[in-house]
Amino acid sequence: MMKMKKNTKILLSVLILIAAVAALWYLDANKNQYSYAISILQRSAIYAIAAVAMNMLTGFTGLFSLGQAGFMAIGAYTVAILTIPVEMRANVYYINGIADFLANLSLPFWAALILGGVLAALVGFFVGIPVLRLKSDYLAIATLGFSEIIRAIIAAPQLDRITNGSYGLKSIPAFSSVFEAFFIAGICILLMILIINSSYGRAFKAIKEDETAAQAMGINLFKHKSMSFIISCFFTGIAGGLLAVFMRSIDSKTFQIALTYDILLIVVLGGLGSITGSVIGAFLMTAGREWLRFFDNPLMIGGFQVPLFRTGFRMVIFSLILMAVVLYYRKGLFGDKEFTWDRMYNFFIRLRDRIRRKTPEKGDKGNV
Amino acid sequence: MDFAVFLQHCLTGISLGGAYALIAVGYTMVYGILRLINFAHGDIFMMAGYFMVFASSSMPWYLATPIVLIATVILGVLIERAAYKPLRNAPRMSIMISAIGVSYLLQNLATYLFTALPRGYPTLTALKKIFQIGPLSASLVTFITPVLTLALVYVLILLINHSKIGMAMRAVSKDFETAQLMGIKINRVISFTFAIGSLLAAIGSILYFTDRMTVFPFSGALPGLKCFVAAVLGGIGSIPGAMVGGFILGLGETALVAMGYSTFSDAFTFILLIVMLIFRPTGIFGEKVTDKV
Repeated sequence: MMKMKKNTKILLSVLILIAAVAALWYLDANKNQYSYAISILQRSAIYAIAAVAMNMLTGFTGLFSLGQAGFMAIGAYTVAILTIPVEMRANVYYINGIADFLANLSLPFWAALILGGVLAALVGFFVGIPVLRLKSDYLAIATLGFSEIIRAIIAAPQLDRITNGSYGLKSIPAFSSVFEAFFIAGICILLMILIINSSYGRAFKAIKEDETAAQAMGINLFKHKSMSFIISCFFTGIAGGLLAVFMRSIDSKTFQIALTYDILLIVVLGGLGSITGSVIGAFLMTAGREWLRFFDNPLMIGGFQVPLFRTGFRMVIFSLILMAVVLYYRKGLFGDKEFTWDRMYNFFIRLRDRIRRKTPEKGDKGNV
Repeated sequence: MDFAVFLQHCLTGISLGGAYALIAVGYTMVYGILRLINFAHGDIFMMAGYFMVFASSSMPWYLATPIVLIATVILGVLIERAAYKPLRNAPRMSIMISAIGVSYLLQNLATYLFTALPRGYPTLTALKKIFQIGPLSASLVTFITPVLTLALVYVLILLINHSKIGMAMRAVSKDFETAQLMGIKINRVISFTFAIGSLLAAIGSILYFTDRMTVFPFSGALPGLKCFVAAVLGGIGSIPGAMVGGFILGLGETALVAMGYSTFSDAFTFILLIVMLIFRPTGIFGEKVTDKV
């Protein structure tokens, strides 16, 4: 394995960062022209937070939870209820009116966002007590159940004056600048990386590899499992809050099981146990859906209309690609490895050698 | 509440429970053999609904019904071959993710082929005939569902306890590898399991949708999950358990709707699941299994 000089790697990372900021700055300067691209990138960044949070739970701790949508709903509703401008509220809650204690209660965006995360974590704590005793598929179905219960509570007519029941919430203030979503996403993902690389993170990985062995080494299973679950819930709640601001209007149907499946498929695409994989997966998956959009339009080749091309075909192709990844490329893009410049460099070196020699070397597998 | 109204609700609940029970049996059989939550089962049930819509538009019901049943069985077996068989030796999580992928694919495929708008389910006049017993009135399908469910489950239990393939199925569900060493053709047994599961899902779909009147691409998602809960409730792997679980869910849900808490009728299922998993994870009829380390 060839190594690059440390300075070169740092230089490359800084260059990429500068390029990304410059690109964002350019998009920000031409907001109107690129609003479509901006919205795709923002959605990707939000999904990246949720995907990394899920990966921390599933890929690093080995807990297969399908409750993402429910915890996102908690974050989203907290942010929405507390940040809708007070003067707009009568308009939003025009059917049932708003609960008295909420009528003039409002928080700045960042405070509401953190509160949303904390509430999601709190619910995660209470959900975790019974649920984390369960194993693999029972855990999955129980968390999925909780997510549906949260959704039912939000839509319940008894809470109409708080969540506006099935009418949903609208007029949520948008991001103040293009950078906001990316900045918050960057911080959240950085925090999660720090947690995963800490001694707690190593305990999570030990639990994933072998629960009994981890316990024998003195790791408190329940404490670490619930810690991983609560932290994951916190960041999932933050992602939900950002999603509410991004979408500007939400209702309980936004947070159906399909949302959880989307996040899960991002994690699988990027590779279970790879943070960079989840981030890149989030961008690829969100953008991929848009790139494939041409499948939805009728296609004419030489006056002959190609059959099959009509609304919905894009999603069929998309799900077929995902199935192919799940079945034949089970590790996803990165497996459980992280993206590093060394691997990238080696990949290109091997690629060059391969083209030069035309015959691949023995045992020279092209894995990125 | 007046007694006649109470009986009327019971009838509706039992009928709904019967349809749930038929789907739950499919889950429990697949789980018993592959240890897999077949997330796509609810979508197979939805596809059976669409098959019926198209089959009955061009032929009478007595021809359409067998065609629907056969098409659904083929679909179920094909899914097993394409999506689960390549992952037989993979970790359990991979197979579960593959099942979620299949469910996603079927929903998107249905949206593409049949559009997202709800389609009217054909009214099978024979099933829709209204019967009047004293103060109770209900269509034939309401009466037929529980009876048919009981009969089918009885036949299935006979099949599993007294036929050669049934014995093979029991062996595979006890111990996958030993069964293979004893010369049981695993793949045939698994295909057969999926065929039976899909057949019951198709029958369940006819009974369920005749009452609901419309089919749309996501109409299988929630009933599918609920029926899995029914299977867990009765004790996963146990066929009579799945049936009892289905009836409990159907009755409970109808009771909640009757009391005016219809928004919670879906959540009820999952609350029941969580309570069950905490206090008796093996379900009502499940046998105690100890996890080997």
